Amino acid sequence: MGAGHAHNLYRAGDSPVHRLPPHCKLVAVVLFVLAVVATPRERFWAFGVYALLLAAVAAVGRVPLGYVLRRVVVEIPFVVFAFALPFLATGPKTEFLGLTVSHSGLLGAWNILAKGTLGVVASILLAATTPLRDLLLGMERLRMPQLLVQIMQFMLRYADVITGEMGRMRVARESRGFRARDVRQLPVVAKSAGALFIRSYERGERVHLAMLSRGYTGTMPVLLDVRASRAQWGAAALLPSAAALACAVAWFAGG
Amino acid sequence: MADTETGAVVGAATGTDTGADTGAGTHAGAPASLEVEGLAFAYPDGHQALFGVDLRIGRGERVALLGPNGAGKTTLVLHLNGILSADTGTGRGSVRVAGLPVAKANLQEIRRRVGIVFQDPDDQLFMPTVREDVAFGPANLGLRGAELDARVDEALALVGMAEFADRPPHHLSFGQRRRVAVATVLAMRPEILVLDEPSSNLDPAGRRELAEILARLDVTVLMVTHDLPYALELCPRAVVLSGGVIAADGATRELLADRELMDAHRLELPYGFARLDCGTCAPPG
Repeated sequence: MGAGHAHNLYRAGDSPVHRLPPHCKLVAVVLFVLAVVATPRERFWAFGVYALLLAAVAAVGRVPLGYVLRRVVVEIPFVVFAFALPFLATGPKTEFLGLTVSHSGLLGAWNILAKGTLGVVASILLAATTPLRDLLLGMERLRMPQLLVQIMQFMLRYADVITGEMGRMRVARESRGFRARDVRQLPVVAKSAGALFIRSYERGERVHLAMLSRGYTGTMPVLLDVRASRAQWGAAALLPSAAALACAVAWFAGG
Repeated sequence: MADTETGAVVGAATGTDTGADTGAGTHAGAPASLEVEGLAFAYPDGHQALFGVDLRIGRGERVALLGPNGAGKTTLVLHLNGILSADTGTGRGSVRVAGLPVAKANLQEIRRRVGIVFQDPDDQLFMPTVREDVAFGPANLGLRGAELDARVDEALALVGMAEFADRPPHHLSFGQRRRVAVATVLAMRPEILVLDEPSSNLDPAGRRELAEILARLDVTVLMVTHDLPYALELCPRAVVLSGGVIAADGATRELLADRELMDAHRLELPYGFARLDCGTCAPPG
């Protein structure tokens, strides 16, 4: 059985962070990210404060550093551009690690890297302490359109089913001697993808039929209600409040 | 008699949600669970699937619906809860479930009364956990809170899956998923349970476990199947649907022993059973 590979971002536990209602955590992360993004990039100390805040959340949530770092790699494709910026941007030049680079480019790279990493780490901490199912409940609670929540819920439920189907198609292809070696085999793979799409579409129709047969009328009944007390909202507000304070100081007091 | 019964049932339908406990009671004068009269249907593309089906199933009966592929079995099943009707193609005839006609105005109550268990449990189990999936139907009927929880626990206990309530469906074995699929419709306290190929893809143990569960249930059952030994085990009565009409209706054992009837409708017992059948079954008539 096991935990299922669809949920490998979640780290089961029973910490104060785990126990917070999902919608409180969602709001906290969004506000935290907004504060980070609104901070002027030259105020280096402020980003240090943000990093410390996240470290504190990780410590309270008992999420090990290595666990977070391994998952931060997802941002690499998105920040590759940042590494090129110092060499591509024009304007006054400056010395950095023995290289002559553009001053504004260097700041731009730092901006993307710092803000991106802080946002990704905040999301990883959210995902590590909140099961996917609860995140969806939280979104529903925050009045996210039900249709979007339903789509995500079905994705969550059927990801494994469709992956399994894809795996069986691949095994069936290879059992008949097919090997995807170069671009000439692409049409076969494309046709398999098409077949998978049609199968999934037909499954969607059958699922809809099954839903209608059990009285579905277009809205999902809300079965699990998540509620938050004042104290829980207060606890969740700690992170974005501290970040907002740092952001305000960065703006008005300078660095 | 029919008029007063229908009145009572419609009353229950417009009431809250516990029609099974009120309108369609178990007293002797109760209407049949299912009455199909002169049902004909053609799909919008012109393909005529049913040519006038008549079928009556009494309360508490277990009936097998047999027939070759393309005989119209699925079309018939989808008429029972109003997914298909004269509105979605061209057709005539009527279907009544415990006296209540299948019509647009009654659809919600009809879908409570007719519990269809589809062939692939992955189609039927679409919620993140077993508990939520079983709750989906009764919640659509308006149940909430403790009443809903009780209904879910009751249905899961009936299929022996109570301890799996908080598991995601994709972590269960195929047989377990099929049993949960049965629970999802039992939770709606149906008048009639319609099973589409219940034994397909089950290993022998899963097949036996499901049979034991189905045999224990106190509900009318219509079982669509190619699995003739399973039909014989569970259903005292069988009907053969072939070419869009009911070709035979009688005791399952006698139908299966009727070599000519079986051959005419592409029905075959598995290897080994055919010879056995000749030796052990009473000759027809």
